[in-house]
Amino acid sequence: MADYKDVWVYVEHKEGVFTPMSYELFGIGQKLAADLGANLCALVIAENTDELAKEAGYYGASKVYTVDGAPFKTFRPEAYAKAATTVMDRYKPDVVLYRATTQGADLSSACAATLETGIASDAIGLEIDASKTVKVTRAAFGGNFLVGVVNTKSKPQIATVRPKVFAMAERDTSKQAEVAKEAVEVAEGDLRTTVLQFIKSEVTVNLVEADIIVSGGRGMGKPEGFKVLQELANTLGGALGASRAAVDSGWIPQEHQVGQTGKTVKPKIYIACGISGAIQHLAGMRTSDYIVAINKDAEAPIFKIASYGIVGDYNQVVPKLIEEFKKRLSR
Amino acid sequence: MKIVVCIKQVPDTEAEVKWDLQKGTLKREDMDAITNPFDEFALEEALLTKEKYDAEIVAVSMGPQKATDVLRNALALTVDEVHHVSDPALAGSDTLATSYALAKAIEKIGNVDLVLCGKQATDGNTGVVASELAVRLGYSQLTFVGKIVEIDAANKKIKVERNIEGGIEVVEAKLPAVVSVLKGINEPRLPNLMGIRKAAKVQIPVWDTNEIGVAKERVGAEGAAIKVIELTTPPPRSGGEMLSGDVEEVSSLLVEKLLGLKVIK
Repeated sequence: MADYKDVWVYVEHKEGVFTPMSYELFGIGQKLAADLGANLCALVIAENTDELAKEAGYYGASKVYTVDGAPFKTFRPEAYAKAATTVMDRYKPDVVLYRATTQGADLSSACAATLETGIASDAIGLEIDASKTVKVTRAAFGGNFLVGVVNTKSKPQIATVRPKVFAMAERDTSKQAEVAKEAVEVAEGDLRTTVLQFIKSEVTVNLVEADIIVSGGRGMGKPEGFKVLQELANTLGGALGASRAAVDSGWIPQEHQVGQTGKTVKPKIYIACGISGAIQHLAGMRTSDYIVAINKDAEAPIFKIASYGIVGDYNQVVPKLIEEFKKRLSR
Repeated sequence: MKIVVCIKQVPDTEAEVKWDLQKGTLKREDMDAITNPFDEFALEEALLTKEKYDAEIVAVSMGPQKATDVLRNALALTVDEVHHVSDPALAGSDTLATSYALAKAIEKIGNVDLVLCGKQATDGNTGVVASELAVRLGYSQLTFVGKIVEIDAANKKIKVERNIEGGIEVVEAKLPAVVSVLKGINEPRLPNLMGIRKAAKVQIPVWDTNEIGVAKERVGAEGAAIKVIELTTPPPRSGGEMLSGDVEEVSSLLVEKLLGLKVIK
């Protein structure tokens, strides 16, 4: 296994469209590579890889492996996994990181099964131990336990990384990466899936990527309660979340649910309104940078983990907050 | 059409978690257990699919003796057949080993058109096994599915909606396929008394590693690539501050504090 070297980061995009978040793992990738005395490399699979590869250089990759071609226009797991595993087989990376998104999860799992190697998903901590192995910290049982896992048995060591956990790398347009264009044949006829359509969601802010989340629970008491929370979220440029109790009451669609059976989020500010703080909910948001709790019940467990707590009725507090924020932010 | 539903027994999300620190595994036998909440949606989707298209449903669960409970629940909900994949050699399997063993079991069932799984299990939270199964079996890999739009068994096709970041992706794929479903795809029904009574009498067959042709060194603690070496509880959050005063006061105080964080632009 000594032949395996370098840290690779998979660059996620949507039909060639990328955001800075596509490169968010380059910061931690750079650190792991430095600790291993290895290079940071990027893997780009797309219909046109030029822009994506150039950008990978700006974010600090020294080498970019690209696979170009029409079958790679839209992400399809079998096409991308064929490309990724073929190139990984050629160059034998020691570590490969993906974002813990739907695309990252699909591709990393397919690569792990194809290459018969282990996978650690949704990492919230990554470090190199004394034996030059990657120790991955991840949450089990929602977020109520942290487990440290390693793969000393097979290579590459594959992990998906929870979005927003690690700091972005600097973007430096004077940097340039060596680009290795790799040919991988994928015949359309061999592929099993066709993407027919993409229907853009009406929810404007992606909960998982949001810096600010305003969330409501059982204490909202009615679906209309979420209108005022939405207004606060809009004022702050944030997203709207909910607890399972609110979703199960039919007050708000499931895609807003935060917690063990919903989404795991890590915003900078999480404002919990009328949420008591059951462990299943805390599991999904306890790593937020700042937590604000607004609840009528002074005994609610949410206050134990809140950075700022207000005992009060959201019906009175939230409209005041909106008014005050609008005034202070000149909105 | 033949549908396989993969069901995992997980510790009750309310239960106290007990670990075997030496092995880095859960003491599953000592904990209250339930059907993985996400798998209930997979099971219900199998039942709905059967009602709509006519199908045979086979439920499979891998786990210790106690895991027969989740299969009995599936039987009470009128699945046609259940198989319990169980062998001491399987204990300590990671996703790589689990997907290998389950793929072998599904191959043994044979002539499968559709495999339904929950998005993830609430204990390990990996969400990896469904995708790995698809790769191992050579089936279509359809994850994060919020709706099965249409199944055309005769032409070996399935159309689904996947809830991905920013919207819904409509995908058509060849059958057989592995479909992992999201919470909210349906409303799982409860078994009725007659179903429960009938299920209680059924002898649930056990498939050990020999039965499904699994190489023992590729499963369990020996075959697992990922090993747990450390277990901690997250550090407690510190320094909570309760804001007091009337509504006006607490509101402007909070706004002041939050603006001070320089996060809100």
